[in-house]
Amino acid sequence: MRVRVLYFARSREVAGAPEEALDLPPGATTSSLLDDLRSRHPGLAGVLTSCVVAVNHEYVAAGEAAELREGDEVAIIPPLSGG
Amino acid sequence: MEAENARLRAEVEALRARLRALEAAGASADAPRQQPDGSSCTAAAAAGAAAPAAAGARPSRAPPAGFVSPHGLTKPQAERYSRQLLLPAFGPAAQARLCAASALIVGCGGLGAPAALYLAAAGIGRLGLADHDAVEISNLHRQIIHSEARAGAHKAASAAAAVAALNSSVALDVHTEGLTPANAADLVRRYDLVIDASDNAPTRYLLSDAAAATGTPLVSAAAVGTDGQLTVYCLGEDGPCYRCLFPEPPAPGNCARCADAGVLGPVPGVMGVLQALEAVKILAGVGKPLSRQLLLFDALSGRFTTIKLRARAPDCAACGGGGGAAAAGDAAGGTGAQAEGPAGGACCSGRGSGSDARAPRGRMRPEDVAAFDYAAFTGQAAHDGAPPPLRVLPPDQRLAAAELRDRLAAAGLGGGDDRDGAANGASSSGSGGSGDSGGAAGCVLIDVRPTAQFGVMSLPGAVNLPFDSPERFRERHVASVLALASCGAGCAALAAGAAARDGGASGYGGAASATGSSGAAGAAPRGAAARAAAEQAAAEQQRPVYVVCRRGNHSQLAVQELRAAGLREVFDLAGGMEAWAAEVDPAMPVL
Repeated sequence: MRVRVLYFARSREVAGAPEEALDLPPGATTSSLLDDLRSRHPGLAGVLTSCVVAVNHEYVAAGEAAELREGDEVAIIPPLSGG
Repeated sequence: MEAENARLRAEVEALRARLRALEAAGASADAPRQQPDGSSCTAAAAAGAAAPAAAGARPSRAPPAGFVSPHGLTKPQAERYSRQLLLPAFGPAAQARLCAASALIVGCGGLGAPAALYLAAAGIGRLGLADHDAVEISNLHRQIIHSEARAGAHKAASAAAAVAALNSSVALDVHTEGLTPANAADLVRRYDLVIDASDNAPTRYLLSDAAAATGTPLVSAAAVGTDGQLTVYCLGEDGPCYRCLFPEPPAPGNCARCADAGVLGPVPGVMGVLQALEAVKILAGVGKPLSRQLLLFDALSGRFTTIKLRARAPDCAACGGGGGAAAAGDAAGGTGAQAEGPAGGACCSGRGSGSDARAPRGRMRPEDVAAFDYAAFTGQAAHDGAPPPLRVLPPDQRLAAAELRDRLAAAGLGGGDDRDGAANGASSSGSGGSGDSGGAAGCVLIDVRPTAQFGVMSLPGAVNLPFDSPERFRERHVASVLALASCGAGCAALAAGAAARDGGASGYGGAASATGSSGAAGAAPRGAAARAAAEQAAAEQQRPVYVVCRRGNHSQLAVQELRAAGLREVFDLAGGMEAWAAEVDPAMPVL
């Protein structure tokens, strides 16, 4: 199945793109997706320790393994602190 | 809804009629607001001559017979805010609530500037302005509340001057000491609502904890680069706090600051205006606040995205467990439907007096906030300014700016005095024209600042090898430097490999940039053979290496790495490019 990963702020810099489409095996979850992202973009490991993950515009708690479906949009949202 | 609209229209109509009658009679019902005491200092005192006293100087008069505002609004208030009063979704009752309400703005920078101006313009009763920083010229592209004339002034006082000039009826508290763990809870509880317009992670945690510990709604926004975020924390029974969303602080390296990463001026402007809007909604009790929703703004695509958040986390270190309100939220089933109605009425019960007893929302209490070490928790200082100077190199491994200028000139790398000539020499993609670290020069000049800073200005002939961390510098760049150092003057082959791989010449003086790992990889084969080659290169050092950065901190760490790899003739520029600009080349911009 195919999902879209949207990168915001620092994660966009590290991933080098605002979004990417990934093919995941059936049964993939947010947790397994984050593992995938860490190995695709090693620099993301540090970013993912503190960020909001949202599936289809809805928050998913850290450590939660929410099941993903074809066409899902997963947003990676690290905190900004500037102002 | 229909009935409410009709009622409001009737009220407005009545108000208009009274105003017309008053105007016809030539009556003046000026009744300026009294400025409540209890502030650190008043706008007039802080802002000096800039704070107009016109309205306040007029004698207070009781409204003449015939004018009776059902909402307690005076004639000047009704006239001034008439466009809001006429708005069915707002109206005189909401305006009266706003005029009686107070807000604390923490941070008078890019977010706080528009937030303060719009809240004052809308007629908030009392504003607290907290910032310990001073106005700098580099602030002015986004911090539009300040001015060139007030450069060097306290930001809180400068903001107060602008607010007083805009709306003299707003009572102002100026807090130039900023927010600290010791004063946060006391400061926050004096206001109906807090606005987080700060610029650093420790202050964001501190403010959220203080809001949770005092039960104060927190309108929080942030902006860096071209990204903005906004949400309302600690609102109502089930609104989450900052820690619910981000229980772990971001690593310092992943927490971009405007001073390093840059920010497009209107981006914090947009977010600060939205903060004012959320504050107005909450304080006046209209609309639906952005609680349990995270608004994201991507300026480059012009897109706003809203993420639905959950209720506060039962295991949150600040607002979980403990407090009665949290228990009630848990009992409601966790998924607790979000309060649909306006939350303003409840939160404004203090009416700006700041003396209402609000309870902690969870397990964190004011005394816990005062005792918490936010700098240790986040690994960052609670300001956006310069980090403290490092002292890791002995003095004989550091050069003053003038000394480096002389050495560069002697080695054929023109200093600030003849930048044009050197720039011309180095502008051929770093491919070893006259005076280039990679090629002909008798020394190697390494600039370890981020590529974006290097791109704005750099010394002629410098090679850009950015320093992120000792590990990454070791992994990516040390071998390149060793290769450059062991390659004698006139060796042009490496210039193309190590210096110009990632974009060639760039910068103020015309220099080379090798930012990606590809640059290092090109000159640095990996493995045991690479280590042997590196040792050999270090032993055969033919050219001295000079390392510069912005302030002289990262350059010391880079020199440490290079010395650990075997180089002996390697020095850093004490005080960095800032010292160079101050002592050698005043024409060099300081970023």
